[in-house]
Amino acid sequence: MKEVVIISGKGGTGKTSLTASFAALADNAVVADCDVDAADLHLVLNPQLSEGSEFRSGFAAQIREHACIACGMCASLCRFDAVLENGRATVLGRYRIDTDICEGCGVCAHFCPESAIDLHERICGEWWQAETEYGPLVHARLGVGAENSGKLVSLVRLEARRIAEERNRSLILVDGPPGIGCPVIASVTGASLVVIVTEPTLAGEHDLERILALAEHFSIPAVVCVNKWDINPEITERIEKRTLAVGARPIGRIPYDRIVTEAQVNGQPVVTYSSGPVAERIEGIWLEVLTSI
Amino acid sequence: MKIALASGKGGTGKTTMAVALARAARSPVRLLDCDVEGPNCHLFIKPVLERSEIVTVSVPVVDKNLCKPCGKCAEICRFNAIASIKLAPLFFPELCHACGGCIQVCPENAIGEIQRDVGLLECGSSDGLEFIQGRLMIGEAMATPVIKAVKRYQSDELLTLIDCPPGTACPFAAAVRGCDYVLLVTEPTPFGLHDLKLAVATLRRMGIAAGVIVNRCVDRDNMIAAYCREENIPLHLQVPEQRRIAEASSRGRMLLEVAPEFGSKLREVLQMVTERISGGQR
Amino acid sequence: MKIAITTTGDSLQAPLDMRFGRAVGFLIYDLDKGTAEFVSNSQNLNAAQGAGIQAAQTLVATGAEGLITGHCGPKAFQVLEAAGVAVFNTRAANVDEALTLYKKGDLTAVASADVEGHWT
Repeated sequence: MKEVVIISGKGGTGKTSLTASFAALADNAVVADCDVDAADLHLVLNPQLSEGSEFRSGFAAQIREHACIACGMCASLCRFDAVLENGRATVLGRYRIDTDICEGCGVCAHFCPESAIDLHERICGEWWQAETEYGPLVHARLGVGAENSGKLVSLVRLEARRIAEERNRSLILVDGPPGIGCPVIASVTGASLVVIVTEPTLAGEHDLERILALAEHFSIPAVVCVNKWDINPEITERIEKRTLAVGARPIGRIPYDRIVTEAQVNGQPVVTYSSGPVAERIEGIWLEVLTSI
Repeated sequence: MKIALASGKGGTGKTTMAVALARAARSPVRLLDCDVEGPNCHLFIKPVLERSEIVTVSVPVVDKNLCKPCGKCAEICRFNAIASIKLAPLFFPELCHACGGCIQVCPENAIGEIQRDVGLLECGSSDGLEFIQGRLMIGEAMATPVIKAVKRYQSDELLTLIDCPPGTACPFAAAVRGCDYVLLVTEPTPFGLHDLKLAVATLRRMGIAAGVIVNRCVDRDNMIAAYCREENIPLHLQVPEQRRIAEASSRGRMLLEVAPEFGSKLREVLQMVTERISGGQR
Repeated sequence: MKIAITTTGDSLQAPLDMRFGRAVGFLIYDLDKGTAEFVSNSQNLNAAQGAGIQAAQTLVATGAEGLITGHCGPKAFQVLEAAGVAVFNTRAANVDEALTLYKKGDLTAVASADVEGHWT
């Protein structure tokens, strides 16, 4: 089984639009939306028959107010400044935990002399297994401001893999998150190939350098395509040269075209919405991806 | 005054707006680039970097001579970063959250801490603009410590503008926490709208006031404008889709260099935001 | 000597669980006595991170000197290696088949993890 991850470093370069088109072009794939912070793939793949599950991860501490003797032990031990003082020193129960900041390490609960602190499991989001016109889709939504997106990403990938095994599907397409941190690392570890979508801007070029280094760091083969290449042909050339220089492979250019937004507004992948130059280029890039795995 | 530039969706023009606001403002500005996974402000403002420091996190080390393998350190660690197996404990620093539990719990005081490098902090200036940026090292997972290090430079005395990471997860929360106002930069597409809604929900929960800037709009009466009306969120500015802006931006030129007419509009945005903050309209 | 096999059930006929860190449990087989005991790993199925490390500790505590599993990640391997537990990878269908292969000497101890970490 092969797993192809579409990432970009810089956000907003067209990962999701490209993944949606790949999903439409692929014969036998399972699609996983691992941009769990801002999952958008379902807006163009129109999932049906979704089955949702809670995503639980980690803990948050809570002080039982009536049991607190306001000794301040928790506040002095907390490394994350998550223990708040309510201000009035003589009132019992003047400590409170900001659950948004709490990392759930449980140190306060362990050392509280009155055992007045409980740890509650956190519900950090939701994930769905769904069917689309183009095959099964696993997608998720991380809870508001929640942490541990890396684990949710791993869960989405694992579920996609399970479905692929169950239904004999030979390919997993992963829409990855932007950046180079925790969720990106969770998206790419062990993948067969990363497809990097970038744009010919100084910012795109700068972030490409970092994402290529990341792929190299985890020893995953990388191919690069430049979206909106005609915005700046000069930087496009530079990007492709640089790609070759670091041992990755440029696999195509996509022109700037309003049709991409139009397809999105109409809730469809570009390749099914139109047959113009953008769709043609994406089809060419898809063939390159297939030969790369 | 601390104003953050954020967006649920990436690539909507946060950095463009942060840099443009910094340049348009009449008062002294400090610009913090908290998008530590892909810091890009420097490409536009081209600062002279005057100094840098390494950002580190603490990780535990055990003194094997003092350790009498009791397993208490592994037991208290909720991140499974410590394994205890009859011998001295094994530490897995990349899983460690530096909570200090193992150090506190060790009856032999055998556990201490060393610093592990996770990022770089750089300070400089450009034409009177104070500039600080963070950079996460490649292969490192946790952006939050680097963001926190950059945010130590935020100030109430002068206008602090903070360029945030995309998304709505912990790096975003760390960047906007403690800000007086968040300007959400988005684009009038289904993805832009969907991610804007997520960002708004996060900020409401955190109790931080927010307004919207629409970038690349074709039509002023777009889906974002409609959403802002419905939700009673201030819509501060709409920047039209123009190929010349996109092309200039690709070369690292700032919005105000190609479209100077936005200078006064951005100053109006700052004025509106200032009034909202001082009016306590949360 | 005791040897552990990752499994989803509690008998010799139970299927092999290819996972280690998030395996349902371990069947601990005593080669000298021919007896088997099931040790649950379920507290670990939902670990936020470091499931392999935790599972390795659970396994070491059983006194097993060998582990037969589908795949073992780098952190778990490091713990097992430090504790002197030999790791054998197999694709055997069930516990019994895995044990037979082991007894015949068809399994060789691996020198390193065979899969990359899952990050979390």
